[in-house]
Amino acid sequence: MAQIRVNPTRMELKKLKNRLAVARRGHKLLKDKRDELMKQFLDVVRETKTVREKVETALEKSNKSFALASAVTSPKVMTEALMLPKKEVSLDISEKNVMSVIVPVFHYDLGGAQQSDGYNFGLAFTSGEIDAAVSELSEILPDMIKLAELEKSSQLMAEEIEKTRRRVNALEHVMIPQIEETIKSITMKLDENERGNLTRLMKVKDMMIKAQLEGKN
Amino acid sequence: MYKIGVIGDRESALGFMAVGFTVRIAESAEDAAHALKGLSEENCAVIFITEELAELIMEDIQSYKDKTLPSVVMIPSKSGSKGVGMMNIKKSVERAVGADILFKNN
Repeated sequence: MAQIRVNPTRMELKKLKNRLAVARRGHKLLKDKRDELMKQFLDVVRETKTVREKVETALEKSNKSFALASAVTSPKVMTEALMLPKKEVSLDISEKNVMSVIVPVFHYDLGGAQQSDGYNFGLAFTSGEIDAAVSELSEILPDMIKLAELEKSSQLMAEEIEKTRRRVNALEHVMIPQIEETIKSITMKLDENERGNLTRLMKVKDMMIKAQLEGKN
Repeated sequence: MYKIGVIGDRESALGFMAVGFTVRIAESAEDAAHALKGLSEENCAVIFITEELAELIMEDIQSYKDKTLPSVVMIPSKSGSKGVGMMNIKKSVERAVGADILFKNN
């Protein structure tokens, strides 16, 4: 493992030790974040899956109803009947913070779509099939909006988890070992210097004693 | 206030007009890409798009993936579900977990 290039001094050693402590703490925090995010993500994804299954079957059913309706109504009348809604569906959005991932929460106002007389066309010129198809479709609306919310949340959370996982791995497998390695090599270098110093001192002492002895003689 | 958009072929999308969604009829990839761009600029928070069209303009859809809004959701068209929407959920699981753990059985 490559180590960081620094001067082997006590100053640097102290700095590195601080960095190691910070990196270890960060690693622990990020790991906790990842685990918690993962837990919540799996809940969201499971729910998304059920809601999607539900919406898909319901939509297929409503598509069939529309096909049936268009079989008994001329395309012109059909378009005319469906083209002008009584009221537009509108959404209000608030945000929710899930482990620092901002996910949207949709509050919908279905407008005219959910009233019992929500049909935007006269009953005289259209068939009952259209009524059935439209009411079927308006029944799935809440689920569809829920699905939109859940899918978005799961996409955003997936992205955040991916990022966090990368950070955790980078800290665990690169940063921390690198710093540890460097600390070790600095300590060794300092010890080596210390030993070098000691032997030099002993040598000098020997020489001085020898010189003194020679001077006496 | 935000709106809800739908992009689809004529038969699949017509019904959504009646319930108050903003509908764009698209038959080709260019139409769909254009409609997607238009709807997202028009303050649509949710855009439903039929799986058939979504497959054609996957790249454009991916660019909205990491933004908070709009949420682009695939819906089955008149010819039935192709499983593209499910595939998307599967992909985000793979992205997050690193392996597919939800759909193993099917």
